[in-house]
Amino acid sequence: MKVKNSSIIKTIALTALLALSSQSFASPEKGLEIAKERKARDEGWGDSVATMQMILKNAQGESSTREMRLKSFEVANDGDKGLTIFDQPRDVKGTAFLNHSHSVEADDQWLYLPALKRVKRISSRNKSGPFMGSEFAYEDLSSFELEKYTFNHLGNQDLNGVTTYLLEQTPTDKNSGYTKQLVWLDTEHYRPLQVEFYDRKGTLLKTLKFDDYKQYLDKYWRAHTMAMVNHQTGKSTLLTTSLLDFQTGLREKDFEKNVLKRVK
Amino acid sequence: MKSVINLAGRLTASALLTTIALQCHAVELSGQINAEHRQFASHGLQGQDKGQSSLVFQPELYWELGESSDFTFTPFYRLDSLDEERSHGDIREALYLTYWDDYEFRAGIGKVFWGVTESAHLVDVVNQTDAIESVDGEDKLGQPMVHFTSIKEWGTVDAMILPYFRERTFAGVDGRLRPTVPVSSNAVYESSREEKHIDYALRYSQMLGDWDLGLSYFQGTNRDPYYQIHGNELKPYYAQAKQVGIDIQGIVGDWLWKIESIYRDSFDNHTGVVGGFEYTIVGVFDTVWDIGLIAEYLYDSRGNNAQSVGQNDLFAGTRLALNDEDSTEILFGISQDLDNSDVYSAKLEASSRLTNHVSWTVNGWLFENETPDDLLYFARKDDFIELSLQYYF
Repeated sequence: MKVKNSSIIKTIALTALLALSSQSFASPEKGLEIAKERKARDEGWGDSVATMQMILKNAQGESSTREMRLKSFEVANDGDKGLTIFDQPRDVKGTAFLNHSHSVEADDQWLYLPALKRVKRISSRNKSGPFMGSEFAYEDLSSFELEKYTFNHLGNQDLNGVTTYLLEQTPTDKNSGYTKQLVWLDTEHYRPLQVEFYDRKGTLLKTLKFDDYKQYLDKYWRAHTMAMVNHQTGKSTLLTTSLLDFQTGLREKDFEKNVLKRVK
Repeated sequence: MKSVINLAGRLTASALLTTIALQCHAVELSGQINAEHRQFASHGLQGQDKGQSSLVFQPELYWELGESSDFTFTPFYRLDSLDEERSHGDIREALYLTYWDDYEFRAGIGKVFWGVTESAHLVDVVNQTDAIESVDGEDKLGQPMVHFTSIKEWGTVDAMILPYFRERTFAGVDGRLRPTVPVSSNAVYESSREEKHIDYALRYSQMLGDWDLGLSYFQGTNRDPYYQIHGNELKPYYAQAKQVGIDIQGIVGDWLWKIESIYRDSFDNHTGVVGGFEYTIVGVFDTVWDIGLIAEYLYDSRGNNAQSVGQNDLFAGTRLALNDEDSTEILFGISQDLDNSDVYSAKLEASSRLTNHVSWTVNGWLFENETPDDLLYFARKDDFIELSLQYYF
């Protein structure tokens, strides 16, 4: 009994010490401030059209590819709108996925099935599910909004020779597949360079690395290579952007569910 | 003979269009070729063979005509080893589309889908069913139409003029899944204009938060035939019809609630309802799999299976999506007649991808029926499994 008691006391003491020590370095206020700056630096891009490719690899090294076009529309004070049209694999050619993301409420999502000419509204609560069989979950591809997380600045770190802010992001939505994300943002441009995703059990699930950053409209940085590795399955997905244009003249009307029937 | 000439005409037309297309840079060619085989568990009740193989060819040619106009041409042909009626061609789409501001205009041959439910599509009456293609009735014949759409804040309005009627396809004398006497190709019409009767369709749809609402009206030749016996012929009878329809879908968390209902005034009057839910469990068994549970109740006020299979039936199904790189999905469903416990059918649909151009599908159907006055009594020996390989280009 005595032995047990003393071990409990030790545990409590250790926990308290850890909590204190992390508090002395971590700062939620600083975390939010950095996240706000990240968001502010990415406002005003308007709309964009991208041509993208995904290479999916399993643990055995077998790979398959996806090709798609992504039209995006910035919405002030809410999540952005996105329309993804698939070109490869050929059996899903013409299939379109429309997403109206929201910062607090669940996203509105529709799928257009060209063979049936059917627009299907889908429940967006499966945000933790894989996007087209890839290692990207739907939520990994949705727009960055402050309301989606609580932030904590864990300190600055050197990542491959670049000075970064290390932020801990805790999803506010209980339907998120993650308990937390660790995000490395470079201190110069506030661009994400690396994200670690922790699953519902708190174990490291995936690491996402951003590369080939290019600047658009003299302001907005976009990574043209995003490499996601799943540590638990050994699978990986490489998402590359081959073409990207901003302010193409898209209007909010081009993101209504009715336009799905004429998307090509 | 007529169908051969018809086909020759269609092929010439498509060849001609292809030639024109090749000279035009804005054209895009895609499509699919399927090799299919159906294996029935037993011989047909009229001695039909157990094996049925098919080749399906469906290219799609797409022309972009400037910023906001295009033309799509999708011919279709199936060559069937068993049933000469199932060897058939169609123009699925030959449709011109142009849009401006809040409006869309389409003219030609096309397909529209209305509705929300899974086990039956009551409000979806614009296109005729290409019934010989599949048991689920989801394959449709191209419908000649002039179609205007207005998309406004207060809702979307679709108005259609349908100047030509398409007769439903049926299995021939050597085919499976047919009544004791094959349905004759000599259709009888209520209207003296026969298939040239001009039909109208209207639809209003609006999204209200997590709810989607559709109201529709149709007036013209009933897509669902009645059946008449003339001597030793079983002829489809196409009556005139007026129909109002409503369809509603709501998202409540992981639940999708769906209902469709119609009132149709035709050779007889009836109310039809299909409603139920789809509930999705995300990431089951600690995997990335999704399981969808579907349950729908089908009702027809005529209660006698006059035209629809679901007159007081329950459909229960489960859809398993593996969310893998091959998009593997399995759907299993059972329809149970609540009036006759011996009347039920079960279906299995499984599909996956082999490469970016090749996919496979397995469909299985089981028909249990010991009620001679039931609409599907004739199919009681038509259990089959179908393997399809699809090449997409």
